[in-house]
Amino acid sequence: MEPLPTDSLTQRLRSARRSRQSEKILQEKAVERKVEERKEAAREKTVFGESFFAEAGGLFEFIGRFFSRFWRRPFEFKELLTQMDEVGTKSLTLTGVVGFSIGIVLAMQSRGTLARFGAESFLPSMLSLSVIKEIGPVLTSLVLAGRLGAGMGAELGSMKVTEQIDALEVAALKPFHYLVVTRVLACVIMFPIMTMLTDILALTGGYLEAWLSDGMDVRVFIATAFDTLRFVDVLMDTGKTAIFGFIVGIVSCYLGYNVRGGTREVGRAAMQAVVISSLLILLADVVVVRASILLFGDISDAA
Amino acid sequence: MSRFSDRADRRRRRDVSDADGPRPLGADGLAGPAGEPTGKPQAGVPADPDGLGADFDAEADHIVGQDGPVTGNSPPPPEHVVVELRDVYKGFGPKKILKGVNMAVERGTSAVVLGGSGTGKSVLTKHVVGLLQPDKGEVWVLGERLDLMTPEQRDRKRTRLGYLFQGGALFDSMTVYENMRFFLDRLTTLRKDEKDDLIEESLEDVNLPQTRDQYPAELSGGQKKRIGLARTLILRPDIILYDEPTTGLDPVSVRVVSELIVKLRDTRGISSIAITHDLLAAEIITDRAHFLLDGVIAASGTLDEVRRSDNPVIEEFFLGTEAYGRA
Repeated sequence: MEPLPTDSLTQRLRSARRSRQSEKILQEKAVERKVEERKEAAREKTVFGESFFAEAGGLFEFIGRFFSRFWRRPFEFKELLTQMDEVGTKSLTLTGVVGFSIGIVLAMQSRGTLARFGAESFLPSMLSLSVIKEIGPVLTSLVLAGRLGAGMGAELGSMKVTEQIDALEVAALKPFHYLVVTRVLACVIMFPIMTMLTDILALTGGYLEAWLSDGMDVRVFIATAFDTLRFVDVLMDTGKTAIFGFIVGIVSCYLGYNVRGGTREVGRAAMQAVVISSLLILLADVVVVRASILLFGDISDAA
Repeated sequence: MSRFSDRADRRRRRDVSDADGPRPLGADGLAGPAGEPTGKPQAGVPADPDGLGADFDAEADHIVGQDGPVTGNSPPPPEHVVVELRDVYKGFGPKKILKGVNMAVERGTSAVVLGGSGTGKSVLTKHVVGLLQPDKGEVWVLGERLDLMTPEQRDRKRTRLGYLFQGGALFDSMTVYENMRFFLDRLTTLRKDEKDDLIEESLEDVNLPQTRDQYPAELSGGQKKRIGLARTLILRPDIILYDEPTTGLDPVSVRVVSELIVKLRDTRGISSIAITHDLLAAEIITDRAHFLLDGVIAASGTLDEVRRSDNPVIEEFFLGTEAYGRA
């Protein structure tokens, strides 16, 4: 039998050695991967409290970053106007319809109850109190949180995963100013304005119902509606939506800006932005109303 | 002070402090013994590689105040070395990615960083543009310590660096023209016609002038990368970092993008660092290759020298990649 050529044998042996080595490497990698997977799983199982505090810490650090930077150059006025347009003009139909229909429905629902006590004439007062003090600010903020929170979370999240934020950073363009500061400030400025518009539309809806039902005069409606309201109530209850706007802006930007992973995480960030913003709005409302009553008294103090 | 007078000033100061002269690169890619300059000649480097004029320089200067060079207590690398990483460590939580990386890139040359997936190639290049800070070690870019800089100083340095991201990182709500204009609007005070000329020129550099009014979603993967490169080029960087510039492209596009990188090196003297898996691209681009393995540069040299390394993982990488390329 003819012996194998030496070269061929060398090649076969080398090839066998390489195969063994690569197999060994693959095995080592598989072990490393399993260890990593287990660690990852363990991390995911971390007690709720730990991850909650980590997230809260991250959010507070982000808020600190906002306050340390928003008053510094560069001032992105043009982008701020674009974002105000996004928060305001483009949300107007949604908040307008919500306000108008709530005003009509509230008037229709309350009329029967008030009539039972012979207090139908108090309908404008009841409408203005409920709309301006609570329903208008909270409902507008929740509706805007739904629309803007998801939008901001998803937009910044997808910019993060496609490295657009890094591209801004590398080009020395200060993405935090351009993306975060403008959005948060736009929310802070526009939420009270949107709330006022919603209040006006809700009262218009309420008046329309009152006029159609028993032909109420507009002057009587306005006089009765604002009889029990103090200026400080309107100021505080509309002004508190600036805080709600800050919450929506900062939470949504934080979640979008810190997305890690892919499209699934972007979707999750958008969803979490809406849920967390909404919950924080409701909690902040309790605190602000309590503080407002402590500072300025409640409605019984009205003249 | 303009960007160039600043650069000349720094050069003068370094000439005094680095009296031993430039050192050539050793086998590990680091600056070697004194007195043997090895910097590759820069063919066709224009006298004013910036070309953006005094306005751009003034704007770049405006980003921060006029500080001296940031060098810490370490001696700066020789002038022909534009990027040097010295013993760089980086970890994320318990996971250690870089475990003492040493690497240097000479002016006007193309370095390629090779390595398997997840070995930290992108982490390494992100240190060069300051997107990541090392846990330990020194990052020298154009004669200064990037890791010691304030954010403002880092921003100033970044106006001289370009980074081509894997997917191009184009802003998807803007057209190609707007994408490029966005950078000029924010960083320069050029007139509209000057900006338009620069945009046109950059699009011609990448052979895509017809895409000016298209949105990124309407472009192919290769076109996105070339537009990303055009957007990077428009600011006339001294160094460009390429993150997987040819991944996901067909062989023709791989050649087009790779040759473009070489053209930029040869005609404009732009130094580059590319990270890639693609051997075809590496063969076209590489002046010096570095193989990243287990958080350290396991081999440096020409592509052939790295290929001949007796490290089994490196052997396997080249065999596997070549087999893949042939398939």
